[in-house]
Amino acid sequence: MIRYLGKRIIFMLISLFLIVTATFFIMKAVPGGPFTSEKNVPDEIKAALEAKYKLNLPLHEQYFDYLKGVITWDLGPSFTEKSSTVNEMINRGFPVSAHLGAQALLLAVFGGIILGVIAALKHNKWQDYSAMVLAVLGLSVPGFILASFYQYFFSIKWGLLPIAKWEGFEYTILPSLALAASPMAFIARLTRSNMIEVLGQDYIKTAKAKGLHTFTITVKHAIRNALLPVITYLGPLIANILTGAFVIERIFGVPGLGREFVLSITNRDYTVIMGTTVFYSIILVVMILIVDIAYTLVDPRIKLADAGRE
Amino acid sequence: MKKNVFALVSSLAVLGTALAGCGGGQQASNQPPAEQQSGNGQSQTPAAPAPAEKKPQVLRLNLHSEPPTADPGLAEDTTSGAIILATFDGLTRIGADDKPHEAAAESWTVSDDKLTYTFKIRDHKWSNGDPVTAHDFEYAWKRALDPKTASNYAYQLYYIKNGEKANKGEAKLDDVGVKALDDKTLEVKLENPTPFFLELLAFRTYFPVNPKVVQGNDKWAGEANTHVGNGPFKIETWEHKSKLVLVKNDNYWDKDNVKLDRIEFAMVEDENTELSMFENGELDWAGSPTSSLPTDAIPALKDSGKMVTKPIAGTYWYKFNTEKPPFNNVKIRKAFTYAIDRQGLIDNILQTGQLPATGAVPPSMVLNPNGYFKDKDIDTAKKLLEEGMKELGISKLPPITLSYNTSEGHKKIAEAIQDQWKKNLGVEVKLENKEWKVYLEDLHQGKFQIGRMGWLGDFNDPINFLELYKDKDGGNNDTRWENPKFKELLNQSALESDLDKRKKILADAEQVLMDDMPIMPIYFYTQSWVQDPKVKGVQMTGLGDVDWKTAYIE
Repeated sequence: MIRYLGKRIIFMLISLFLIVTATFFIMKAVPGGPFTSEKNVPDEIKAALEAKYKLNLPLHEQYFDYLKGVITWDLGPSFTEKSSTVNEMINRGFPVSAHLGAQALLLAVFGGIILGVIAALKHNKWQDYSAMVLAVLGLSVPGFILASFYQYFFSIKWGLLPIAKWEGFEYTILPSLALAASPMAFIARLTRSNMIEVLGQDYIKTAKAKGLHTFTITVKHAIRNALLPVITYLGPLIANILTGAFVIERIFGVPGLGREFVLSITNRDYTVIMGTTVFYSIILVVMILIVDIAYTLVDPRIKLADAGRE
Repeated sequence: MKKNVFALVSSLAVLGTALAGCGGGQQASNQPPAEQQSGNGQSQTPAAPAPAEKKPQVLRLNLHSEPPTADPGLAEDTTSGAIILATFDGLTRIGADDKPHEAAAESWTVSDDKLTYTFKIRDHKWSNGDPVTAHDFEYAWKRALDPKTASNYAYQLYYIKNGEKANKGEAKLDDVGVKALDDKTLEVKLENPTPFFLELLAFRTYFPVNPKVVQGNDKWAGEANTHVGNGPFKIETWEHKSKLVLVKNDNYWDKDNVKLDRIEFAMVEDENTELSMFENGELDWAGSPTSSLPTDAIPALKDSGKMVTKPIAGTYWYKFNTEKPPFNNVKIRKAFTYAIDRQGLIDNILQTGQLPATGAVPPSMVLNPNGYFKDKDIDTAKKLLEEGMKELGISKLPPITLSYNTSEGHKKIAEAIQDQWKKNLGVEVKLENKEWKVYLEDLHQGKFQIGRMGWLGDFNDPINFLELYKDKDGGNNDTRWENPKFKELLNQSALESDLDKRKKILADAEQVLMDDMPIMPIYFYTQSWVQDPKVKGVQMTGLGDVDWKTAYIE
């Protein structure tokens, strides 16, 4: 286990290094820079700006400087927001995105599993059909359309919840619902098909024959086995929910990190592009590792690599 | 290792969806709110709070985005500009009549040669209680000109003697023509007579900063508790990307005329959300100047009569690359310019009361109110096209591409104009859009045939629009056009201290520009917004800046 983890962590560092390098050079290869603007400033001012942000150094020096920055977790100043550093932006925005993401994730996982289990247990009955109609809707209607609908009904028509902003719990409900819709639908479908498969297995018949409670069978035997694919999906989903919140954050005026990720590219805000990319890559690789470890906990049949191979 | 490849691929996929989502999101998310307004004008009645007698005066607005900085020396954008104008006071301040009035300076004298201005600084304090002195102005201007500060707007101070040289490192900061003779007297020497100098002083780069606050704290202008200004309001809270609150500044010299107690800014980027919040009574204002109205909602808002529109000093134009055929021929440039129907474009596509532009300089500083050519002059255009093609010795035009930066609004305009050229001239033009920064680079490098661009005035004087085209290699020219006569006229105008003569010289220069037609003026910009009718006294200058100093709630 320790050996396996060590190996995985080394691989993680290598992939992070590759991501940083690729992002850095691709970013520099795109035309335009942080100071390209409609009102073209005199060359002298441009030179002063570039000197201030060390953009006048040769590319490889900038690259090594940047690597040093990543290792010491000092991601430099933002070009667009002159009053903030990238670290500050991440420290401000990430807790908000994480809060929104965690709420959406809980909704998606629990809502999805419950819907899926109900649909599987009531296979081909009305509960199944209605759960799946919901799932199809959730998958096929994009988040931003849902968001506008929620705003229209919950806020404007019924006045139950605030339209936008981020100032307390009631402000978090609509964005979480909008963000959770599509993963919830996905998880529901995944759970349903796996449950149906598992419920047809011999060991379930055995359990029934033993006279076990339906509830016990479902929870102890069926769900546990049906959840494996769901766990696989969780790793990328978490990263996806944290980054994919861009549109939702925009519509609901949520001060999260999702939009920095996208806006920084339009602004050629080099340091923010790099900072957010590195940050999200770390989250992604760590999540994938956690998911791999979680497999073994859920399914004793899966062993982590290396075992018995020598 | 397989897993890691998967990680990379999926993260790229995630990024892809995020980006795709953003592109589509802006268009598709426009639909539901637009539908709810275009129903039958039955928009929600705003649940406005009942006006109480002694209620504090609060104005609730939306900033489209986080102000990048509240430092007057570094600000480059209108969002920052609005917050800075509310929290600072320059030597002058633009009043309701669009003219500069005494502000931090209580009086001034101008030398006969119009080169030396002596200002008497008013007795007043910074929001932290320090006195505002002439030294603060000297410090602020030299700071903005210091190459180490790397201020993008330092060129606004080039009118001051040696300002440009100091900024370019060719002179010492001590040589710059601004000097505090004592705490209350500021002497400013200019390079040339500058008739609009008093107006320039109301621009943020000329605002004072408090040296005690600025020195040793790079981040002073980024947080509410360290920000110090001398304006009508001060920053009470600033939750980045979420909320900003301004409160009345009790140290302001003119506080008796400031009626608002608080201005609360939300920061919602999505225009549809902003409009919904306004309709729901959560905001008192939606649209310009701190944001904009969603394009899809404009026709409905216009029909409901709620929308207010005001012209601002800006021109939307297409630039010709005058070095590449066929637009190296002036007649062909003119043919393309004359052949479009600006009024039709405004009535059917833009729909927010823009004015057709038949000159380069916008109405607020106009030199020739009748324009320089006729809009939709198709017969002349056809004739010119024929003659132009003869001059070039071609019987068929080469393929022509019109470029614009990716945006729904520019696209609609470009498609309409493409259609008009086809109908009125029989010319096929291809369209091409590029991402904003890529587009700018290409334009600056001359990689285009016809390209969209616009210019919003920094100050209300024609020179601001004309000098763009003074030098072939000027940073904002892009057309590769230059004309010795035009240059000569602009140089003359800089030395002319008689206002009427100067205006005549500038009008001649605009005539030269329009005779050569390196640019094709299309329309003059306007700003549109909806507001709660109880909000009064908000000042919108002709440049599109907004001043809440005199605003109040009825």
